[in-house]
Amino acid sequence: MSGEKDSLARSLCWNCQSEVGGEYFCDHCIKIQPAPSDVDFFQRLGLPRHLTIDLQDLERRFHDLSRKIHPDLFQQRSEREKAISLQNAAILNTAYRTLRDPILRVEYLINVEEGAVKDISAKAPPDLLEEIMELQEALEEFKQLRRTPSGEGARLKETLMAKRDRLGARKDILEKDLLSLFQEWDRFQDQRPDYADGPEEHRKSLLRRMKDLLSARAYLRTVLQDLDEGLRDR
Amino acid sequence: MSRIVGIDLGTTNSLVAIMNGKEPKVIADREGRTLVPSVISVDEQGWMVGERAQQRLMTHPQSTIYSVKRLMGKGLTDVQEERKYFPVSLTEKQPGIIQVELGPYRLTPPELSALILKEVKHRAEEFLRTKVTQAVITVPAYFNDSQRQATKDAGRIAGLDVLRIVNEPTAACLAYGLQKKKQGVIAVYDLGGGTFDISILKVKDGIFEVLATNGNTHLGGDDLDQRLMELVLQEIRVEFGQNLQEDVESIQQIRLGVEKAKRQLSTEEVTEIVISLKQGVVYRRPLKRSELESKVRDLIDLTIGPCRQAMEDAHLSLKEIDEVVLVGGATRMPLVSQLVQEFFQKTPHSELNPDEVVAMGAAVQADILAGGIQNMLLLDVTPLSLGIETMGGVMSVLIPRNSTIPTNAKELFTTFVDGQRSVDIHVYQGERELVKDNRSLARFQLKDLDPLPAGMPRIEVNFTIDANGILHVSAKDLRGGREHSVEVKPSYGLSDDDVLRMIEESFTFAKSDMEARLLIEARNEAATILAHTERALRRAEHLVAPEERGRIQDRIIDLKRSMEENDHRLIRERIEQLDKSTVHLAERLMDSTLQNGLKDKKLSDLP
Repeated sequence: MSGEKDSLARSLCWNCQSEVGGEYFCDHCIKIQPAPSDVDFFQRLGLPRHLTIDLQDLERRFHDLSRKIHPDLFQQRSEREKAISLQNAAILNTAYRTLRDPILRVEYLINVEEGAVKDISAKAPPDLLEEIMELQEALEEFKQLRRTPSGEGARLKETLMAKRDRLGARKDILEKDLLSLFQEWDRFQDQRPDYADGPEEHRKSLLRRMKDLLSARAYLRTVLQDLDEGLRDR
Repeated sequence: MSRIVGIDLGTTNSLVAIMNGKEPKVIADREGRTLVPSVISVDEQGWMVGERAQQRLMTHPQSTIYSVKRLMGKGLTDVQEERKYFPVSLTEKQPGIIQVELGPYRLTPPELSALILKEVKHRAEEFLRTKVTQAVITVPAYFNDSQRQATKDAGRIAGLDVLRIVNEPTAACLAYGLQKKKQGVIAVYDLGGGTFDISILKVKDGIFEVLATNGNTHLGGDDLDQRLMELVLQEIRVEFGQNLQEDVESIQQIRLGVEKAKRQLSTEEVTEIVISLKQGVVYRRPLKRSELESKVRDLIDLTIGPCRQAMEDAHLSLKEIDEVVLVGGATRMPLVSQLVQEFFQKTPHSELNPDEVVAMGAAVQADILAGGIQNMLLLDVTPLSLGIETMGGVMSVLIPRNSTIPTNAKELFTTFVDGQRSVDIHVYQGERELVKDNRSLARFQLKDLDPLPAGMPRIEVNFTIDANGILHVSAKDLRGGREHSVEVKPSYGLSDDDVLRMIEESFTFAKSDMEARLLIEARNEAATILAHTERALRRAEHLVAPEERGRIQDRIIDLKRSMEENDHRLIRERIEQLDKSTVHLAERLMDSTLQNGLKDKKLSDLP
């Protein structure tokens, strides 16, 4: 993929001054090269910026690269090479950890696409806002009631459990929606087809929709954790 | 070529191993013993490590120490529980640095561990007949940054370049992978003398990838012994009306007695605890395996929580575990393998000697680093989350636990006040929400910032955890692009200057140890010669002339005077002078002895 390679930063090998293009090793003198800061995690693992990733393929790439750049292999080399291999392996390991997990992967993609590190804050899905408020009140009431065993506590617990399951199902749906956006994103990356509102608009809208889903999911996750914590038998 | 050795620096025993061709080999002493007891003792002649030190546990408990590993990388407040194990006095040199009082010396845990490392290093040098300067040392997987750093410091003080700190269960897995060709998902359950680790690894085509690790650095065979000791102390109180809680000699007797009984119960159903107390009193008590098990079961149960958490972190179900491997002396207890089997629903393996397998794995990793083994690669993880303190004392995690190492995280820092010249960063390790519940690692200070309006400086700090699991911090000013200085104050353990000073001191120690030994040897020799000469003079009174006798007497007085000085060279010189003055005497004496000897014998009796 020469086009991809051209887009990488070009710089000079620290050892022989030949031109290098973001590869792990200099073509000329085969010395290990520091990772340029503008090479993203996808590129580090030799992948296009896709959200659907075959995990077995990812693991194979990670293992193959580890066999080449791990600090163990540079123990007998110069201090400079040792330091570079340490930093490169650190980035590779972080890249693999990030891309292996679909949520970390999409959060990372949004960050690189938007060119800045922005946290995705947890936000309640508007249609669930009221229900969740009621739920939290009920949970508080349940915690109070539990101090003295009563039939009312048991009934309330059952209601809460049912609501918990409903919210859990909703979270599953959010995750499914997110996965279908993954596919849409990948198609867009491959073809950049002529969308009525133009590729740039479409890109932005896809990122925004993914961000909204992530915010809602993060919120639901916290609520579910609180519920599980509160309902756990002491 | 210099060889890199693998060292298992254990709580109760230490070992050293090398690669011998394609096989790791644990180095034994002349008696064939591979284990060096991690015990250190001191007397006026110098330091002792291993068997000799262990024998002094009962006779000189106040100048002998064991289980130093429990003190590594800790402050005094961390070891309140441990203090009951140690008959010696522990003080704090400065907050976060323990000092152990042994005879006239006060040494930090890394200096004490360095004595053990020197002993095993010496053992390897004798075996290899060459100097050893580089080593791979193992630590419990659940050791935090300070404990790893303390281990590395110990290596430096012992004159070793520590090329890698390797986690014990991972090392064990490397040995199994090399020797038993194990593949798939492997759970390594490692219950040692003082620590417990569980590691889940995926082994595939020579890559040993740790998926998750967990453990408890306050749980091991020592704790089981402690339980039995409490029982025995209680019974002695009832039976003999003696309270031995504060009697350090008796405590050591009891410790060794119960430990022996515990080991016997790994193969026998019943044994007897026999402890000789003072004034000829002997405590005896039969102990059944089932009784031991009921006393310690809750402690062994404590290992199951970490196993469960490790499985969860590895995103695996029990069905996906292919092999379970047992490591550490305490796993010889049938109850341990039974509980492990119940949890993992698989028969655990222990084909390789559980005491030696970690050292063997360290030798394998040493060979990988030396470029020997080329088709094996270890990808380990950091056991604890790393984070920084943010507003309200909340822990903000930068690197989650079980991240493959090396790994890094970048964080942007700025100022809150106009003209602020420095920013403090407080780094912690642990899993709790609030920093106060986690372990403080170090404070980093970004200094000499340009005086700018609040929020304007942009300093990017790079936190890197290296392949040893040790943190390094660097900072870059994003506005100027220059590297920014970072001042590090470790919360526990030695500063770099401390370590350098201790390396120097260890040389002078070694030198003064040697001087002391030479002095004692010279004095002993002088005493022997004096005794011989004086006896000879008495026996040969009729054989020497008065003036010869007077010359010898003068030399005797000279030698006796020199023995009061601390100069072994002077003593040697005087010994020689005395020797010369008695040459004639000796000849005469020899002749007369020969004649006397022959007087009563017939010629036919002679050979």
